[in-house]
Amino acid sequence: METAVFIVSALIVLAGGLGVVTSRNPVHAALSLIATLFGIAVLFLNLGAQLLAVVQVIVYTGAIVVLILFVMMLLGVDREEDLDTEPLVGQRLLAGLIGLLFLGAILAIVIVGKDAIVTGSHSVTNAISPTVSNISQIGTALFTTYVFPLEVTAGLLTIAVVGAVVLSRRPRDLEPIPEQESMTDMGDEPLTAIPEEGAH
Amino acid sequence: MGSNLSLAYLMLSAILFVIGGVGVLIRRNPLVMIMCVELMLNAVNLSFVTFGKMLDDISGQIIVFFVMVVAAAEVVVGLALIVAMARRRPGATADDLRTLRG
Repeated sequence: METAVFIVSALIVLAGGLGVVTSRNPVHAALSLIATLFGIAVLFLNLGAQLLAVVQVIVYTGAIVVLILFVMMLLGVDREEDLDTEPLVGQRLLAGLIGLLFLGAILAIVIVGKDAIVTGSHSVTNAISPTVSNISQIGTALFTTYVFPLEVTAGLLTIAVVGAVVLSRRPRDLEPIPEQESMTDMGDEPLTAIPEEGAH
Repeated sequence: MGSNLSLAYLMLSAILFVIGGVGVLIRRNPLVMIMCVELMLNAVNLSFVTFGKMLDDISGQIIVFFVMVVAAAEVVVGLALIVAMARRRPGATADDLRTLRG
C-alpha cells in the first residue's frame, strides 16, 4: 500500500516538476507547481508527517502559489513565452549537463551507499513516538528544544514584510529605465526583444 | 517501512531538485525562476522528512518547518523585487537585469 501511494504521488510530483520547467505559459507553470506540492503533501502523509502535510497544503498551495498567481495577474505576464529560441547559445545544453552530473552524483551515492548514507545514531534526540500524536510531539520540540530558532523566525518574517513594503513602494520620481541607450552602450544586441504592448 | 522505499524517496527528492535547478538555469521569466526555487526547496524538505524517518527522529520534520518559513520570506521579498522591476520595465526578463551592472 505504501509503495503504491509512493509510486502514484511520485509520478504526480515528477510530472508537475517537468510542467513547471517546460510550460510556455507561467499560469500553467503555477498550476503544475500546485500539483507537485500536493504530491509532496501526500508523500509527507505517507512518511507519517501529518502536520507537515497539512501545513504544506495550507502554506504552499494556499498562500505562496496564490501569491505568485496574484503577482502574475497584477503584472499581466500571463502571456505565452517563446521557448524555441535560445538567447544564450549553449545555455540549455550546459544546464542539462550540469543537472545530469549532479543527479548522477546523488543517485550514485544513494545506490552505492544504501542504508550507510545515514550516519549517526538512531532515535537519540527526539525519537518519533508511536503513542504521542505527531502535532503534540512537534509542538513540544518547537517550544522547548527549538524555542530560540522559533523566535529568530519571527524576526525574519518581520524583516521580510518590512522589506517587501519598502521595495514595492512607488517612488515619487519613477521613470522607466532607458532601454535603447543602456543596451547599445554595451555594444551588443539586446538578449531579448521587449514584448509589444497588447501582445497578451 | 522498508529501507528500499526510503532510498526511493531520496532518489525522487534528488530528481526533483535537479529538475528545479535546471529550471532556474534555463528559464528567463523571473516568476518561473521563483517557482523552480520552490521546487528545489520542496525536494530538500522531502529528503529532510525521509532522513528523519530513517533516523527515527522528529527533528527532521522541525527543520522542514523552518525551511517553509524561509521559503515564505523568500517569496515575499522576491515578488516585491519582481513588482518593482516590472514597474520600471514591463515584461523584463532576468537577462534585462544586466543593466544593473555598474
